[in-house]
Amino acid sequence: MPSWNTVRDDFPALHQQVNGHPLVYLDNGATTQRPQVVIDAVSRFYAHDNANVHRGLHALSMRATAAYEGARARVARFINAAAPEEIIFTRGTTESLNLVAASWGSRLQPGDVILLTEMEHHSNLVPWQLVAARTGAKLRYVPVTGDEGKLDLSVLDQLLTPEVKVFAFTHISNTLGTINPVAELCARARQVGAISVVDAAQSVGHMPVDVRAIGCDFLAFSGHKMAAGTGIGALYGRRELLDAMPPWQGGGGMIAHVGFFESRWKPSPERFEAGTPNFGDAVGLAAACDYLDALGRAQLRRHDGELARLAYQKLSALPNIRLLGPAEEERGGLVSFALSDVHAHDVVTFADEDGIALRGGHHCNQPLMHKLGLTGTVRASFYLYNTAEEIDVLIASIRRIQKFFG
Amino acid sequence: MSADLTELYQQVILDHNKRPRNRGRLPTANRVAHGDNPTCGDQCSVYLRLENGKIADISFDGSGCAISQASSSLMTTQLKGKDAAEAASLYQQFHQIVTTGEAPEAISDLAAFAGVHTFPARIKCATLGWHAALNALKGDPIPATTESRLD
Repeated sequence: MPSWNTVRDDFPALHQQVNGHPLVYLDNGATTQRPQVVIDAVSRFYAHDNANVHRGLHALSMRATAAYEGARARVARFINAAAPEEIIFTRGTTESLNLVAASWGSRLQPGDVILLTEMEHHSNLVPWQLVAARTGAKLRYVPVTGDEGKLDLSVLDQLLTPEVKVFAFTHISNTLGTINPVAELCARARQVGAISVVDAAQSVGHMPVDVRAIGCDFLAFSGHKMAAGTGIGALYGRRELLDAMPPWQGGGGMIAHVGFFESRWKPSPERFEAGTPNFGDAVGLAAACDYLDALGRAQLRRHDGELARLAYQKLSALPNIRLLGPAEEERGGLVSFALSDVHAHDVVTFADEDGIALRGGHHCNQPLMHKLGLTGTVRASFYLYNTAEEIDVLIASIRRIQKFFG
Repeated sequence: MSADLTELYQQVILDHNKRPRNRGRLPTANRVAHGDNPTCGDQCSVYLRLENGKIADISFDGSGCAISQASSSLMTTQLKGKDAAEAASLYQQFHQIVTTGEAPEAISDLAAFAGVHTFPARIKCATLGWHAALNALKGDPIPATTESRLD
């Protein structure tokens, strides 16, 4: 059983020196580190149970299938889906969102509207641009209220008209840290008959996420941002919607019958999982779900939120700094800022010299950066193993950088 | 501060970053090109006035890190009076400096960028302005986004 007192011991990658300093890993918004239990679960699977899943009649294939389908059930439980069949394994959030856009989106027509927000990651923006170009549907955006980084919901009524067929939005902004009122947004979408799509990449491993409480139609997330491996993620979709959707990729595993000129599809989730899936990392994802739930995601939310609050407070006290996103309650576990005299990449290069891993740039959010008149920000994003002391290391480093360039 | 970092952020670079030379749109320009670094969102536009095949005047604008800003600034001071062939040869030498850290003799201030080679992720920052300048010299078609940005 993991314990909050010893969480840092669970993550081998944290225990190293970088440029002569203890690693301070504050790039969790990009990818988190993995605990030993996840690494072990994946290696154990490959060492003992590895075989291709489904249709296999031999012992290893049956064990691999049980592990893979067990992982699906575990992920379903992690987000309180009604059934394992509502979980489609994908390569990650990007693929999940592309799946919805390509498959569900194929029914869009000229005159239809796709409503997004200005704070969407490119992965919840470009797939919709592609489907809009194919179908003639139009894009529309809920504006962001400037540096405070909230959605301007005062104009939602004007934007969320009956022409809107899809309302897609992020749960936590990877650039601003804003936590959006997703349940309210989903309810508003339902009122006009639009489907709701939630990008939960930054939230699902950081706070309790219950798809039925949120009331979403689709929800997308990645394993590697919640202590599991890369190349594994999931799309949650309500069963009745999934069963009415066409396949988006063809191949083995997704067919009920194949003829030379026509084929029939399996129901969800197999319909959307053409080809050999990443079962090894699905097993790791299930182990990560166990690990995070043992620690408690409500506590994780408090931990991350407290670090973000502390970092925001200490950064605010520095001169020549511009902080993005809400100050208090609605902030997830990250802070994003720009120094007036030092470019984000110079900050990141200097902080790396102090062993601190940060991210600088547009964070796959170019249109928002453009709107805010920025080319990039520095982002420090936290996870369960980060500490208040590490924030002090960050602040000291930023002070040195400001002095150097001052 | 480590030796590598001191080498990267040399005084010449810091100076050009703080007080960029030839910065801003050149009103008399007859060539322009735009460079983007999609990884980081950095942007650089280079404006040239070509007269009889030589760069009579040059300027740049855009936004980016200290390395890209200083590199573009220093580049403008080096390219004035050069023709396309001379500019291409100067870029070859500059490219060698930022990728190997070895500076040919008599290459002047450009040698300040030798420290970039120990930070491979920053090589593109150093070459962004140069790519734009060489494209402007070639008279490559200007992407639509560049034109709208210049309006």
